[in-house]
Amino acid sequence: MTDQPMAKPIPRDTSGRSQWWDVWDQFKTHKGALFGAGVFLFILLAVTLGPLVWTIEPTFIDIRARNSGPSLAHPFGTDQLGRDILARMMAGGQVSIAVGLTAMAISVFLGALIGVVAGFFRRLDGMLMGLTDLFLALPLLPLLLVMVMLFRETLSRSFGPEMGTFILIVSAIGITSWMQTARIVRGEVLALKEREFVLAARSIGTPSRRMILRHILPNVLSPIMVSATLGIATAIITESALSFLGLGFPPDFPTWGRLLFDAIDYLQQYPERVFWPGLAISLTVLSVNYIGDGLRDALDPRIRGR
Amino acid sequence: MKLKTILMGAVAALAFAPVANAERGSDGEVKIIYWQAPSILNPYLSGGTKDIESASLIVEPLARFDETGSLVPYLVTEIPTVENGGVAADLTSITWKLKEGLLWSDGTPVTSADVKFTADYCMAPDGGCAQSAKFDGVESIETPDDLTIVVNFDSPKPVPYAAFVGAQSPVIQKAQFEDCLGAKAQECTSANFGPIGTGPFVVTDFKPNDVITMKANENYRDPAKPAFATLTFKGGGDAAAAGRAVMETGEFDYAWNLQLAPEVISQMAEGGQGKPISGFGTLVERIEMNLTNPSPDLPPETRATAAEPHPILSDERVRRALSMAIDRELLVEIGYGQAGRATCNLVPAPDIYASDNTDCLTQDIEGAKALLEEAGWTVGADGVREKDGMKLSLLYQTSTNAVRQDFQALIKQWWSEIGVETELKNIDASVFFGGDPASPDTFQKFYADVEMYANNFDGTDPEQYLGQYTCEKAPRPETQWQGENINRYCNEEYDALVAELAKTGEISKRAEIAKQLNDMLTKDSMTIVPLVDRGRVSAHSNSLGGVVLNTWDSELWNAADWYRIQ
Amino acid sequence: MLTYTIRRLLLAIPTLLLISLIIFLLLDLAPGDPLANQPLSIPPEVRQKMRDALGLDSPAYVRYLLWAKQFFWVEPLVFVDWVLGTGFSADMQRIVSWQFRSPVFDIIIQRLPQTLWVVGLAYLVGVLIALPIGIISAYKQYSWFDQVGTFISMIGFSVPPFFSGVLMIVVFAIMLPWFPSIYDTTLVVNDLESFGQQIRQMTLPVLVLALQTTAQLSRFMRASMLDNLNHDYVRTARAKGMTEKVVLLVHVLRNSMIPVVTVIALGIPSIFGGAIITEQIFKVNGLGQLLITAIYANDLPMVQTLAFIFAVLIVLCNLIADILYGMLDPRIRYD
Repeated sequence: MTDQPMAKPIPRDTSGRSQWWDVWDQFKTHKGALFGAGVFLFILLAVTLGPLVWTIEPTFIDIRARNSGPSLAHPFGTDQLGRDILARMMAGGQVSIAVGLTAMAISVFLGALIGVVAGFFRRLDGMLMGLTDLFLALPLLPLLLVMVMLFRETLSRSFGPEMGTFILIVSAIGITSWMQTARIVRGEVLALKEREFVLAARSIGTPSRRMILRHILPNVLSPIMVSATLGIATAIITESALSFLGLGFPPDFPTWGRLLFDAIDYLQQYPERVFWPGLAISLTVLSVNYIGDGLRDALDPRIRGR
Repeated sequence: MKLKTILMGAVAALAFAPVANAERGSDGEVKIIYWQAPSILNPYLSGGTKDIESASLIVEPLARFDETGSLVPYLVTEIPTVENGGVAADLTSITWKLKEGLLWSDGTPVTSADVKFTADYCMAPDGGCAQSAKFDGVESIETPDDLTIVVNFDSPKPVPYAAFVGAQSPVIQKAQFEDCLGAKAQECTSANFGPIGTGPFVVTDFKPNDVITMKANENYRDPAKPAFATLTFKGGGDAAAAGRAVMETGEFDYAWNLQLAPEVISQMAEGGQGKPISGFGTLVERIEMNLTNPSPDLPPETRATAAEPHPILSDERVRRALSMAIDRELLVEIGYGQAGRATCNLVPAPDIYASDNTDCLTQDIEGAKALLEEAGWTVGADGVREKDGMKLSLLYQTSTNAVRQDFQALIKQWWSEIGVETELKNIDASVFFGGDPASPDTFQKFYADVEMYANNFDGTDPEQYLGQYTCEKAPRPETQWQGENINRYCNEEYDALVAELAKTGEISKRAEIAKQLNDMLTKDSMTIVPLVDRGRVSAHSNSLGGVVLNTWDSELWNAADWYRIQ
Repeated sequence: MLTYTIRRLLLAIPTLLLISLIIFLLLDLAPGDPLANQPLSIPPEVRQKMRDALGLDSPAYVRYLLWAKQFFWVEPLVFVDWVLGTGFSADMQRIVSWQFRSPVFDIIIQRLPQTLWVVGLAYLVGVLIALPIGIISAYKQYSWFDQVGTFISMIGFSVPPFFSGVLMIVVFAIMLPWFPSIYDTTLVVNDLESFGQQIRQMTLPVLVLALQTTAQLSRFMRASMLDNLNHDYVRTARAKGMTEKVVLLVHVLRNSMIPVVTVIALGIPSIFGGAIITEQIFKVNGLGQLLITAIYANDLPMVQTLAFIFAVLIVLCNLIADILYGMLDPRIRYD
């Protein structure tokens, strides 16, 4: 979603070099953003390339080594069944990051789309906001149960059990979390629509599509960015809740949220077990937040070049 | 009927003699926490343990089981038997004699009419009584005088101690529930929330699914009891929080059913405010084998029914190999610690009914492999066994519960060692144990190859429990997927033996048949693979005396005897 | 504005009816059984009788119409009777919970105090802290205050309450026995001492909940302020010689409030929805716990009623937000 406004940024002083260099230049000066991008890249590499280096199976049980502390054989220690926590963190990270990013993208896309359309076209406003209210009011758990009941078997038959569950989970999270973004975006659009530059654009006959992409979207980018960063955290945590309820991945499939949840009973004996997944989730969310901050500044022509 | 009862801490607590100032209400307040909150105080409308046990402080049965599983008289003078003439020689009636001078908590006398009314209340059509199985076979109840109750059965009852016995079947007051018969039972909110009883406590305020406040019953039959003037019964949260509140912060005196990893419990006990206690009953965690084919490719009419035998598990050797690969002692150590014992029996207790079947206790990976080879399953390229182009791959489901998920992971690993591929699945308990015929995920529907859960029986007689595995009790579409024979086990010999058990009165013969039935399901056919005999772990504060953990009746059965250690 | 409000209110009625129907159908479709939590030792025939006694055997549309009649007709009459002491509702069947066999509304009213005390107060505290943090963070972007604020709020948001709640209990109830770990819903506040006790038992759950609200709201506030700080009107205002205080708190703040108002308005209904996990951890047993236990127990009348009340609040709060937009930015016209 976030690259959509990038495609049509507000044109400004394009003489000489490309727009994107300006954006990059501005992004570079943002220390937090660079740092965030670095950390995020590191996490991504660790969870994708890590398992190639650290080859212990995350589901392998070595019952004799259970509950052991950090050692050379198990740098992060082992859990109550003797599974290697480092391997589980890496395997869990792949799932959690994938779920977090995809579910966030679905939710932000839906939210922005519905928000902009509802705010911009008055005729659709009542209906779309009614829909938003409906989704806000639906009790989440029964909704998810129904979705799982209706779609789990069909999805896992057409995409295989793992991919099927993944699609089910990200769409379940996405479909149940777009409403706040939609309301926020709509509120902003309602105000923007009456601004002079929009009125001006309208008076010269700009078609709606161009209006939205060029004038409206870039100006509601900030709240969308915030929604997106917060959405990743929510998605990672929600995934763990779903799996815990048996609505998500199989029980021996590690994810960060699940590792965190499982470790809580052992909070007093083995605090490090809570620490690693907690740190990983927080770092991911923080780094995405800083990247978002940097991007927002870099894309804002009023700041760029300041 | 002697039972092993392990009381880790209670023994120490009992060493203190009851305190000298034995006077009703002299010990102030006692606070109990159940992590499942009671929703109603009428055991006839809800069979949930939380509801039955909280109600057991208020309403009482004629007789209870004690911690050894033997019957003790509560509201009656003695336990009727054939020897003392209380049970008719032809086993068709039982005569109970109420103690004299019993009063309800509102001061009115308890009479045989109240007992008869209790039966009428539960047996009324449209009442939706949860305990109506306790009144099965009751033909009529006579009350020759105010203290005598004669229960007549329509056929000989070898074990006539179901109605009015145990926490599930207490006596309620006729005057209070008179207008609540049948369909009206659901509307009597104030009676259901504050029953008048004969127990040591009376309700002062009931907030459903939250908290009950109670005070000592002024009219309790022992003038010196209960020692506590008030009682707070808090519900909600989770087992870890309840254990913490008793053993670490000391905010509560008694915590129920701490289903936690053994090391978590022992760490909590180091908090020094309280101690865990445990006891064993008949609850057995087991793996059930599906004898029918649950494949999603089959039409819904025949999927997982007797029409389609299971392509893999119909072979007894495969089932046996799966059982041999499991190390039950290790499961106990990881999941239950003090509160579990490895078992090969479906009926692990009482002792006279427990078969001496211990073959399964030693893990035998090599033997399991050999057995699979013998059955024609050979190891394929990816380490998974194959036969006729079919992979030895199983779907293993259970309800969501931390210990069960650890068991799943361990068993999956052992099975992979013998070349069996396992896919794990966990389902929320409210769906898994719910009987919704529309849901594919209920344990009755069994759309999986193996599943794991725990079950037990009320009281000490296993007849009804073993009777669940007859052919006609298999869940199938015609029965809306209701039925207790989860495995779809069907054996004429077994059915005949069950019928014989129902006719047998002599205890030793009954025990023999029960053991035979148990063995047919477990070691002979490996239809049911028992894993762990699960005990109950609760905890009480160091200052609470008189606690005796009882797994045969309500855990709070002797709350009248509890006191504060000074 | 008034006609707009009235029109919206009228429009809300069919919307809400439709929502109630959809909620009902959803609950009806969801797998589950109100008897799932009954022990397995109860035989299937008895279970079937218990189900029939709950009225589960009648068709779905009958059950929906019955619920609608009870909600829109019987329950208001009960309320009228309660206020005026009349007897219109005598002998009428109220909405009865399957778990408790007691009128749903009695229990909801019983749960309101602790929910408002804990969840409501936490929300208020969260909003009051978040707004200044957001404003200062934006005004002094990239200052140490901003960095620390960002850091804490992001950690606060990415650490779920099932973790922060337990951590609080371990630190502040076990290691340092300052606060109780279990909320006492029977506590009556009638003197200074019991008030102190109430404050103590509220502290931990309020802290956990407020952290979430603060984290989320301060991010939106900051982002929105940042957007507005660069607008031309701010430069104009400064050029006219207005003090920074006026520029910031009168002009920029007012224009930045739209997304914040939306988030706040969306949060108010969720106060009544309770805080499921936090309530569970601290045993507050408010509306959140009521809803989640009702869902687990498949207590459809309870879930349906709670979800519908929730829907009414959502529609109302969103309407209020829409009206506030018009006040904050008079250019927004709905008519």
